[in-house]
This record gives sequence, C-alpha cells and structure tokens, in this order.
Amino acid sequence: MTEALTAFLEATVRTATPLAFAALGETVSERAGVINVGLEGVIIAGCFGALVGAQGGSVEMGLLGGVLGGAASAGVFALFVTWLRADQIITGTALTLGALGLTGTLYRSLFGTTGAALTIPTLRPIAIPVLSDLPLFGAAFFRQPVVTYLLYLLVGLVWWFLTRTHAGLALRAVGEQPEAAEAAGIRPARLQAAAVLVSGVLGGMAGASLVLAQVGTFTEGMSAGRGFIAIAIVALGRWRPLGVALAALLFGGATALQYLLQSMGTDLPYQLFLAFPYILTLVVLAAGSARVRAPAALGRRNITGH
Amino acid sequence: MTRLAPLRPSASVAPLVLTLALAIGIVALLAAILTLGGFNVGRAMTALVRGAGGSSYAIFSATLVRATPLILTGLAVALAFKAGILNIGAEGQLLTGAAVAAAVALGMGPSLGAGALVIALIAAAAGGALCAALPAWLQRRFGVLEVISTIMMNFIALYGVGYLVRGPLQEPTRAYPQSSAIPDATHLPILIPGTRLHVGFAIAVIATLAAWYVTRNLAAGFRLRVVGSNPSAAASAGGLDVPAVTFRVFLLSGALAGLAGGVELTGVTYALYENISPGYGYTAIAVALLAGLHPGLVLASGILLGALEAGAAAMQREAGVPLVLVSVVEALIILAIVGAQAFLSRRSAGSTGAGT
Repeated sequence: MTEALTAFLEATVRTATPLAFAALGETVSERAGVINVGLEGVIIAGCFGALVGAQGGSVEMGLLGGVLGGAASAGVFALFVTWLRADQIITGTALTLGALGLTGTLYRSLFGTTGAALTIPTLRPIAIPVLSDLPLFGAAFFRQPVVTYLLYLLVGLVWWFLTRTHAGLALRAVGEQPEAAEAAGIRPARLQAAAVLVSGVLGGMAGASLVLAQVGTFTEGMSAGRGFIAIAIVALGRWRPLGVALAALLFGGATALQYLLQSMGTDLPYQLFLAFPYILTLVVLAAGSARVRAPAALGRRNITGH
Repeated sequence: MTRLAPLRPSASVAPLVLTLALAIGIVALLAAILTLGGFNVGRAMTALVRGAGGSSYAIFSATLVRATPLILTGLAVALAFKAGILNIGAEGQLLTGAAVAAAVALGMGPSLGAGALVIALIAAAAGGALCAALPAWLQRRFGVLEVISTIMMNFIALYGVGYLVRGPLQEPTRAYPQSSAIPDATHLPILIPGTRLHVGFAIAVIATLAAWYVTRNLAAGFRLRVVGSNPSAAASAGGLDVPAVTFRVFLLSGALAGLAGGVELTGVTYALYENISPGYGYTAIAVALLAGLHPGLVLASGILLGALEAGAAAMQREAGVPLVLVSVVEALIILAIVGAQAFLSRRSAGSTGAGT
C-alpha cells in the first residue's frame, strides 16, 4: 500500500509539472490582462519543438526547441492581440487549431506516418541527497527530473517578480487599470506583449517537459487539453504563483489517480478516469469563480499605447 | 464574461481588394507549408481542386455531404457568437447528438421504422442542448467562462462516446469499438438519386433559412442581436432579461450542433464510433466567422469549407498530404478575418477604441 501511495505521489508531481509550467506562464499574462486561450497551441508547439530539438541529439537541445516553439507561437498571438488588438478568445482558439494542425502535418511529413514512436533522449529523475529520503513525500518531490526543480525555482521567481519588482507592479497595473497605468507612463501593449512571450516560454517548457520528462516521445495532439486545464488552474490558484502551483498538484493528482486505481483493480470504466480531470475542471471553476476576482481588465482589447 | 465586439460580414467592412489579398495570402501560405513538408505542391493543389469540385461526384457526394454538418454546426456557433456566447463546444454537442441518435435508432428502429428516424433526430437535438445546458448553467449561476467549460465538455463527450462504443452500445461480437449499424428504415433518404447526398443537406438549408428569417424579422432575433452587441443597454434601456436570453440561445446553439450529429449518424456513418467527427465542431468556428456570423452566409461558407475538406481528403489520397493540414488553413482563415477586422476598425476608430 505504501508503495502504491509513493508511486501515486511521484506520478502526481510528474504529471503536475507541465501543468504548473503552463499555468505559471498564463498567470503572468493574465495578470497583465491577457487571457491566452491558445495556451493549448503553445504547449503542442513546445512539444513539437522539443521533439525536433531532441532529435538533434541532446536533451538540452530538446528543452531549447520546446522553449522556441512555445515562444514563437505565443509571438503570433502577441502580435494579433497587442498590436492589431484582435479579439483574445478567437485569436487564441485559432492559434490552438493552427498549432495542432501544423505540428500534426509537420510530424507526419518529417517523421513518416508509420506511427512508430520515435526514440529521443529523455530526462531522468535525479534524487536530491537527504531530501529524497524523507518519508512519503521525499521521493515524490525530490526524485524528479531537473525540469521539476527548475519549476520550484520559477514559482518563487514569478512570485518575487509580480509582488516585489517595479516591472511586476507595472504589469499588474496594466491588468487592473490600463488607462491609469498609461497615464503613469507605462506602455500597456508593450508590457502585455512581453507578458505573453513569457507565457510562451513557460508554455514551451510545459510542452518540453511533457515530451522529455513524462511521455518520452511525441504524438499528435498530445497536449490533450492541458492548456485549457492550465487556464482553469490559474483561476483556482487565484492568480498567485504558489496557489497556482498547489492547484496544479491537485490536477496532477486527479490524473495520477487513474494509475493508482488501475493498480488496485476496479470495475469502473477507464474512460471515467480519463474524463475525471476535465470534470474536476468544471467543478473547480464553479466553486472557485464565485468568490475570487480576476484581473479587472482581463480579456479587454481596447488598450491603447504601444 | 468576455464578450465579442460585434463582428460584421467582412464584405461590408473590408474592400474587395483586401478579401482577395487574404485569399492569395492563404493560398501562398498553404503552398509554403506544403513545400516545407516536402510535398509536390502542384500535384497537391490539383488534387485539392479536383476533389472539391472537379466532377459531379466530387460536388454532390463529397463537398455537399461534408458541408452538411459544417452548415449546422456553423449555424450553432454563429447564433451563439452573435449573442455574445463563446460556444466552442459544438464538437461535444455534435458527439452527444450522434450518440443519442444511435441509441434511439438502434433501440426503436426495429419496431418503429422511419418513425424512429424522426425521434432520433429530435432526440439528437435535445442531447446537444443538454450538453450545452451544463456550461450555460455554470455561466449563468457561477460566471464560469464558457470557452473553457464547453471545451471541457468536448473531452467529456469524447470519452463518453468511447465508453458507449466499448460498453452499452458496442456491436454484439464485441470485436470493434463501434455500435451495430442502425436499421435501414432509420437511414436518412438520399436527396439526389445516384449520389451520397442525403436529406440532411435539405435540413441544413432549411435551418439556415429559418435562422436567417428569425434573426432578421422577428423580435427574438432582435433580442439576440442586442444582447450580443450591447448587454448593458439591452438590460437597462431594453428591459431585457439578458441572462435568460443568453441561456436560451446557448441551448438552441447546442441543439443545432446536436442535430448535426444526428444527421451525420443517420445520413452518413449509420453507426456510432469515436472518430465520427473529424473536428466538425472546431471547423464550425471558421465557418461562422467566415460568414461574418450571418446565418444566411453560413450556407455559403459551410459549402466552401466542405469543399476544402473534400479537397483535402483528395489531397491525402493522391499526394499523401496529411488531412490535419485543413485545420491550419482554417486557423489562417480565422486569423486573417479577426486580424483584418481589428486592423480596419482600429484605422476607422483611430486610437479612441470603443469599449467592449
């Protein structure tokens, strides 16, 4: 039983890692007033970038490829939303549609349609001495691939940036009151574009960690709704980095639950477990949105100033 | 809730030159992607044109058959968007409609015959409406962003169908993840003898004309438009119950998408399986936006994108180009439209920017 629980907790942190990367990035862009429904597309672009990079021979190239893929797709979104001031939701939907199609097309044309999984270098778990020997949670949190440790650092870094720096304050001002921010000499569109690019880098990391640390290969549409779940995680985490990380853990647990229950043997249809994270998202959104307030200017597109 | 700024038919805002430039730009980008993927561009493009409209078979048995679910789901998305509801869940609503239609046709078909077909289609619409009811209720009661909730419903519906075709609705030999074929009496009749075009196309055309008439001439259509374009004015000056109107349009949108699923099942596939929709519900967004959310124009844009899908299928057969390339083209169409509209409205409004 303890073994099953340890395995469950490890799987929880492992599956939560890509979700947390994506949600952390989305937190930055939503605090600046931009909701990127195209996050799903950013993640799949990151996945594909990681595949292409890792095919180049090293896992580091994979990470770089993932980040570049995510940033490039978010760049397209930023261009439309902050420069052209196009509708955020529709642009994001198109980005997802396009990124899923483009990665699918390129994957089939570059790597063939045989369906044989490509073998690429992957990230192995690294045990941190002492900490990983802690009972129950030690292995779960401290015997993980390096990207998970990077994530721990980023949670703190994003918190520090948003709450303790001038740039972070300006970014939040843009998300709450763009007119006032502009009157104070801030250029909202430029700051929003930067925030979207940051979310692209982190969304790309989400894709890269999915490919390099979790699945070990690329399959079409492997993002499987994680971008949308990440947006729900941001709301559940109340737009705060630590809250978002904890919310990601909850969803990691919801996904890992299927492994735990499968190992225990159950008569419930497995589709129910597959659907569980999506059902949980609905419940969480209903429970969460009643009490918390999103950044005031979230989703607005009439922001001036470049 | 995030609301759309009113979208207008691009013809009224965009000069013909711009439309033409967008078309050329999209074709150029398509060619670039094909080149990048290492495909024979000339052969692929020829296959695309031939598969979409090169013969009467291509037109009646491929393009119009594929256009049918696109018109119905496109109509569902157009009406919702017009009322300010971002229903991205047409895919899940379509799947639910198809599943319900399959259950009714299999259950009642043997005893009721063609009567079961009518019940199946009505039940499919009801199933789609039910699938939209949860996001609609979550939005009204808790203010949950319907973009996310409808997408979640798409995944839930997909796994639901996956369960049905491996469980209660699986064919008796239990060898394949699909249902039995529905009885012949519950098939939608063929519209033009010698083709695969079924009565569902006529249903789609009638639905389009009805929606056009209602939104143009009746009070209900006026309410829908005013709630979508200016909810606060609709509530304060018009005395409209905005949440109630929104809720009803949301259900209607779901019903249309559910009907699309019922029509696809009884007119084309005759059995339920997981991949029954190649993403019609997502393509529907491109259909609706290309039509400028105009119900009448949905007919034209649905046929156009039906032609694109039929052509893409030929491109896959003859030039080995993956079918998923279609979604890239659709994304480009959507981006081109929202980009051009934003650009034009920004130019005409200067930098004052009306509030959304």
